[in-house]
Amino acid sequence: MSVLAHVFEAAGLATVALGSVRSQIERTAPPRGLFCDFPLGRPLGKPGDPEFQHRVLAHAFDMVEHATHPTVETFADSIADDGESATSCPLPPRHDASLPPAVDEAQGLRPAFDRAVKAHGDTAGTGRCVAPDDIPAAIAAFGRVADGVPWKQAGIPGIPARVAQDIRGYYETAALALIAHTPAAWETTRWFLHHTEAGKVIKAARAAMEAADEKRALWFYLVPSGI
Amino acid sequence: MADHDVKAMTADIECPVFDTTAFTIAKPLSECTVAVVTTASLHHRDQADFSAGDTSFRVLDGSRRDFVLGHWSPNFDASGYAIDVNVVLPLDRLDELAASGRIGAVANRHVSFAGNQFELSTVRLDSGPQAAQLLLADGVDVVLLTPV
Repeated sequence: MSVLAHVFEAAGLATVALGSVRSQIERTAPPRGLFCDFPLGRPLGKPGDPEFQHRVLAHAFDMVEHATHPTVETFADSIADDGESATSCPLPPRHDASLPPAVDEAQGLRPAFDRAVKAHGDTAGTGRCVAPDDIPAAIAAFGRVADGVPWKQAGIPGIPARVAQDIRGYYETAALALIAHTPAAWETTRWFLHHTEAGKVIKAARAAMEAADEKRALWFYLVPSGI
Repeated sequence: MADHDVKAMTADIECPVFDTTAFTIAKPLSECTVAVVTTASLHHRDQADFSAGDTSFRVLDGSRRDFVLGHWSPNFDASGYAIDVNVVLPLDRLDELAASGRIGAVANRHVSFAGNQFELSTVRLDSGPQAAQLLLADGVDVVLLTPV
């Protein structure tokens, strides 16, 4: 992103770049950089909190007004992630015992997903390569990989990382309809990865692909780093 | 898995270094038109999705809010954006600043790139300057850059 700041300034645009990784924003040295110690994915800090977002913008635009040379400043507030908390979402009871648990679970979450989409839209959930109707089949394909089927023969409907992203997005979007608060960053991700059958399947498929010596780029990005 | 663990893994990623830093002084902010340029790979559903390693950009219609998050990395929280697009693309906040007179106007069009790129020469020499010219043609003076 700082590359764009340098390019835009050279073209005659004044810029201010927000950044959540201090080492990156300091090393890339954009003309005006505002380090905001917020979780990745939330550069304005707090969703649904216009007052907080305006404070971030006020600092950023103060830099546009007053900085006379390249500078990196730090926003006053930090938002920490405890690394452990996960949303507590009720999962649907087993409905069809003939289906793999993760597939049954995904089908059971569909009403919650639909409610969340009605409330918030489907802006971060599905549809990159898997439509909501096809999420259970995609999970079933990863289940076959976990059971030892080579990924190319398992029926994964796209590049594995992109498909896994849609499955995670389906679950995290559904979670928004199952809780009554705005989740802290990563809470719905940890719920998906550690508390759902689908999360277990994705992690098992990842481990199976690694064990089968598949290319690292194919399995590494199925889940966030550090899992 | 914690946010600080993910950030730590990015600490040693090679970053581009610029020999000089261009620096543009804007006119008074209350007279400036402001645009947002994000590296969150946002796009409208009726636009092409970003491919892996995509160095092109999408033009976002500022009158819409149906921006899809197309970033390929799994290493960021997406739930905040799912609830409130302003946490990445603060167009409603900019509208409020324009209404209050703090900024002059909000641009009609904004721009989205795909972040987390390792081969940046095309962005530096081709698509980046193209986006700058598009914004300048729209009368933009100030750009707020947001990542995910």
